[in-house]
Amino acid sequence: MRAVRILEGRAVPLERSDVDTDQIIPSDWLKRVERTGFGRGLFSEWRDDPDFVLNNQSYVGATILVAGPRFGTGSSREHAVWALMDFGFEAIIAPSFGDIFRNNASKQGLVIVQLPHEDVEELTQIIKQAPSRLVIVDVEHLRVEVPETGWQRDFTLDAMTRERLLNGWDDIGLTLRREASITAYERTSRTPSLVGIFDDNGHAR
Amino acid sequence: MARTLYEKLWDEHVVASPEGEPTLLYIDLHLVHEVTSPQAFDGLRLNGRTVRRPDRTLATADHNVPTDPISTPVKDPISKRQLEALEENCHEFGITVFPRGHENQGIVHVIGPELGVTQPGMTIVCGDSHTSTHGAFGSLAFGIGTSEVEHVLATQTLPQQKAKTMAITVTGQPPSGVTAKDIVLAIVAKLGTGGGAGYVLEYRGEAIEQLSMEGRMTVCNMSIEAGARAGLVAVDETTIDYLRGRPGVPSGEEFEQLAERWRGYISDADATFDAELVLDASTLVPYLTWGTNPAQVVALSGVVPSPEDFDDHDQREAVTRSLAYMGLTPGTPMRDIPIDIVFLGSCTNSRIEDLRAGAQVARGHHVAANVRALVVPGSHRVKRQAEEEGLDQIFLDAGFEWREPGCSMCLGMNPDQLSAGQRSASTSNRNFEGRQGRGGRTHLVSPVVAVASALLGRFASPDELGA
Repeated sequence: MRAVRILEGRAVPLERSDVDTDQIIPSDWLKRVERTGFGRGLFSEWRDDPDFVLNNQSYVGATILVAGPRFGTGSSREHAVWALMDFGFEAIIAPSFGDIFRNNASKQGLVIVQLPHEDVEELTQIIKQAPSRLVIVDVEHLRVEVPETGWQRDFTLDAMTRERLLNGWDDIGLTLRREASITAYERTSRTPSLVGIFDDNGHAR
Repeated sequence: MARTLYEKLWDEHVVASPEGEPTLLYIDLHLVHEVTSPQAFDGLRLNGRTVRRPDRTLATADHNVPTDPISTPVKDPISKRQLEALEENCHEFGITVFPRGHENQGIVHVIGPELGVTQPGMTIVCGDSHTSTHGAFGSLAFGIGTSEVEHVLATQTLPQQKAKTMAITVTGQPPSGVTAKDIVLAIVAKLGTGGGAGYVLEYRGEAIEQLSMEGRMTVCNMSIEAGARAGLVAVDETTIDYLRGRPGVPSGEEFEQLAERWRGYISDADATFDAELVLDASTLVPYLTWGTNPAQVVALSGVVPSPEDFDDHDQREAVTRSLAYMGLTPGTPMRDIPIDIVFLGSCTNSRIEDLRAGAQVARGHHVAANVRALVVPGSHRVKRQAEEEGLDQIFLDAGFEWREPGCSMCLGMNPDQLSAGQRSASTSNRNFEGRQGRGGRTHLVSPVVAVASALLGRFASPDELGA
């Protein structure tokens, strides 16, 4: 994962609530075995509509997505995060998020900014008035701001997610430092494994 | 100190809890399928890592297998490639895998319990949000993304933040015709799609205790539709009786000893929850969804709602959008809405009990003209058992298709799909836009409502059928 300290870019207002991960990346795209190229599938069912905000020329190249409450609910597909990032998004700002989506985002370095509903509304108006306005998401100081208007809000991230973003740490590498604890746990665990249940062809013995 | 079931499961699986970091939790069972795993196996190879515990990992093909006869090849080359990749990856890393057509193959959340590898007291993960299903066994089970799949493959652990607990108490007895699906639709409607976020739900109360394991799985399955990653039901004799004799559990005295330990996977009587929701089962009725998220629920006897029924501006807008997508007019009685497709299947409702309930309604009747109705058993084991009981013949005689196991029409990843504008009565779990196929309109229902609707060509309950 690449380190993230300060993101600067333009923002696009989605103005929809309950955007589930089936909308972010429809399931037809999930058949691929690669990790790249999902940007073309992002919101693909909505992008046929010429009035859909991502088709609005004034928002082309935006790197921050501003969305309504409960963004990323539903299916656990990490492809949703891959699609958003492949399209060019680096941060999502919304009043609330699906739990699994939030987790997936943190593993990939997509910054999740949760702000109160009215703040997200204000930010939406600010960028709708002037889509060219620069928005800054500062992961180090946990602050989002629009320098041109002086609008500024603090947000929270759990300490570990922030550290991982700032340092670009790989989760598996971090866990493998605990190898000795894992082995010790396994020695005491009484929970059965699958040993002896299936033969080499997967038939129950 | 008194603990909830969740707290007991959590405490038993702590590997390390370093200061200022998430707790490292041990994972007892990792279920794998073709869609969310290929990139994880690639990640292992890229970093020269291996699977720590292939003996705690089990894989099956389910999401994109066609449900045509097994002799028919997989036509979609991209699906075919993904199914092959699962087999190759499992062979390379020494993981037991059930490919298409294997006697143990089926939907991952159907085969875990029926093989008896899903057991009380376990932590269970899978790259699929409906992993919450396994919580019906008093195990902590939740869906994860592909990065986490890779993490579990490599370390058999996951860094986790502790969730809050919510008791969902369903008191009393449901009226006849009200199923586990109706109970959970009522719960999701009450909580909304985000109400369970950050919580582990524990379903309890008389109505839950009286459910079969199949019914409890249906309820736990849809926890995620209320935003909760996991749902739980405490272990009781129903749990133990279900598991006795299954391939994954020992027999005789060894089983009884295990069962004695399992009986401890309950919340202590004086344990406290962070939140509680109480529902009176006697007030419930058959439900279905009308809109494009699973909390948009209405009684089968009700009408399509109007945006004016909602106070909140955002909600009014969401309702307007849902109505437009669903092609519905406010005030229309749900029972007057004609349907095109009926799907009885999915990890929510494709187990033997669901098929028995459906067959009982179908017996002696025929699917309405212009309706296509599919029955898709959750696994080969379910299919075989249903055929032994003659359920396949009842469905076939009534004009239903009897298909091979898989996720099928739940999610539009295999050839079973709605076309644009088609309306379905579906026993699955999600009615999102395009979920069952681009432009398709999904209404979530119980198995008995699905079958009755197939027979009458509109949303209906079995009591409308006559003798």
